[in-house]
Amino acid sequence: MKTTSSNFGLKMGVATREAYGQALVELGRANPNVVALDADLAKSTYSAKFGKEFPDRFFTVGIAEANMVGMAGGLALNGKIPFASSFAVFLLDKGYDQLRMSVAYPRVNAKFVGSHGGISIGEDGPSQMAVEDLALACGLAGFVVLIPSDEFCARALVHRMAEWSGPCYMRTGRPKTPIIYTADDQFEIGKAKQHGDGRDVAIIACGLEVSYALQAQAQLEAEGVSARVLDMHTIKPLDDEAVAGAARECGAIVTAEEHLLDGGLGAQVAKSVAASHPVPMEFVGIQNTYAESGTPDQLMEKYGLTAPYIVAAVMRVLKRK
Amino acid sequence: MSTQVAPLTDLKQIANRIRIDIVKMIGAAGSGHPGGSLSAVELLVALYFRVLRHDRNRPAWPDRDRFVLSKGHGVPVLYATLAEAGYLDPVLLPTLRKLGSPLQGHPDKRMLPVLEASTGSLGQGISIGIGMALAARLDKRDWHTFVMVGDGEIQEGQIWEAAMYAGFHRLSNLTVIVDYNQQQLDGFLVDILDPAPVGGKFRSFNWNVIEIDGHDLEQCIDALQQARAGLTSRPTAVIAKTIKGKGVSFMENNPEWHGVAPKKEQVEAALKELEANAR
Repeated sequence: MKTTSSNFGLKMGVATREAYGQALVELGRANPNVVALDADLAKSTYSAKFGKEFPDRFFTVGIAEANMVGMAGGLALNGKIPFASSFAVFLLDKGYDQLRMSVAYPRVNAKFVGSHGGISIGEDGPSQMAVEDLALACGLAGFVVLIPSDEFCARALVHRMAEWSGPCYMRTGRPKTPIIYTADDQFEIGKAKQHGDGRDVAIIACGLEVSYALQAQAQLEAEGVSARVLDMHTIKPLDDEAVAGAARECGAIVTAEEHLLDGGLGAQVAKSVAASHPVPMEFVGIQNTYAESGTPDQLMEKYGLTAPYIVAAVMRVLKRK
Repeated sequence: MSTQVAPLTDLKQIANRIRIDIVKMIGAAGSGHPGGSLSAVELLVALYFRVLRHDRNRPAWPDRDRFVLSKGHGVPVLYATLAEAGYLDPVLLPTLRKLGSPLQGHPDKRMLPVLEASTGSLGQGISIGIGMALAARLDKRDWHTFVMVGDGEIQEGQIWEAAMYAGFHRLSNLTVIVDYNQQQLDGFLVDILDPAPVGGKFRSFNWNVIEIDGHDLEQCIDALQQARAGLTSRPTAVIAKTIKGKGVSFMENNPEWHGVAPKKEQVEAALKELEANAR
């Protein structure tokens, strides 16, 4: 993402999907019960890294997501820790009945990683873009739903998923992603990472939007608005405590996500805010549409997901305080 | 494995008792699926009393064979068989479909851990079974996985994704049993979407196929034992021709009995027929 790095000076790192592949190899070395599955997108999801090192524990099922999810269920019922990956849109949308029946309902210990989340995949266009995966994953009772913001966050969350007993979904992204954290940063499922302690507004973001939120934070600072940014890498279970704290201390919240505004981060945060400490909210996200082909930067701009849109949402919400 | 020594005449009596339990359970529940439960009785008896490697004193024995009922709506036959085989207290049978009962309307492993999988959304059992068979292969264990599907169920696309995978990867430690009763909820397969030739389809997906009469206990036992032996280096599909509603004359071959519970007088009439078979 050229825009983010050039405008804000964050160093560019690898894509979260690549960090996933690397972390999966680490898991494979540490635990012989870790197995991986992919539906003919292993080179793109980076699960191929695991397959190269552990061919006996890697199941490439062909273009058959439903079968893959069911297989993961059967493996998990017999002591394996399967990590099944594909593009997020195919994994969630084609595998949904299986995620529900073969995984969520019996609450088996299987992990699912959908790459190419959001519209920042660019030129391949909307048929390949998951803009509803977080909502779908949140609709699976008992699932943990994760969306890392950079490579270090991704790596850490892959390890946390492996330690977690129960089903998990993680979205990764296609483009290289600005580095926000270091290898020493600690991540815990369900615990937001706070950046700054601004008290005028809280920007709650996830995934790639966190780097845009940090950029917006800097711009707002220059205009005399003190914002805090919460990296909400866990959509479910949501960090209700952090959300309530942000609502109480800032009195206004803007959410930012690379996802439809229906059922994603904004919806989850709104539910939490409404139940704890209602304050005005504004929502940055994809507005009830599918995107199109283009460069990632063009698309993030055209569909209203870059820092200026977050700044504008902050200005709107401040007027409502 | 003390449950596996009964002579054939006893197995027939067990099958009859299971049919009686099915009718009583579904009658008491006031809803359920008698047709596809009654069609699978001999196949379940053959599995639990002659074929599966299991031990009721060690229900979680890691080397037990696995059985997945993919056609989850037929679960009364599984509950009744598990009760006969000593895995389930028979006093639980009348609690079928009642609030808080482990005998859920469709198999629920959370409520009844002796079940190998939760099912009920059709089409998923073979994929789950493949995962199990791969787990056995990874651990270098020789337990076998059996999955029962309905013939209507094989209209689901996922069945053929799974069949292609298991055939291609030569999962000889996996057996699928097709309860081929030729009917589904809305009517006869031939009037809706006929999967025939079922054996031919599995053969073309590189499966070993055995076609039998699913009410002939000897044929069921032979076929399932052969499948379990895994001699062909292929997965086996046992295509078992059955009669939906088998054993209750007014239910036999009548799709109306796919998902309707018998009323009180019908329960009595059915039990009268079945009890006449009891020794």
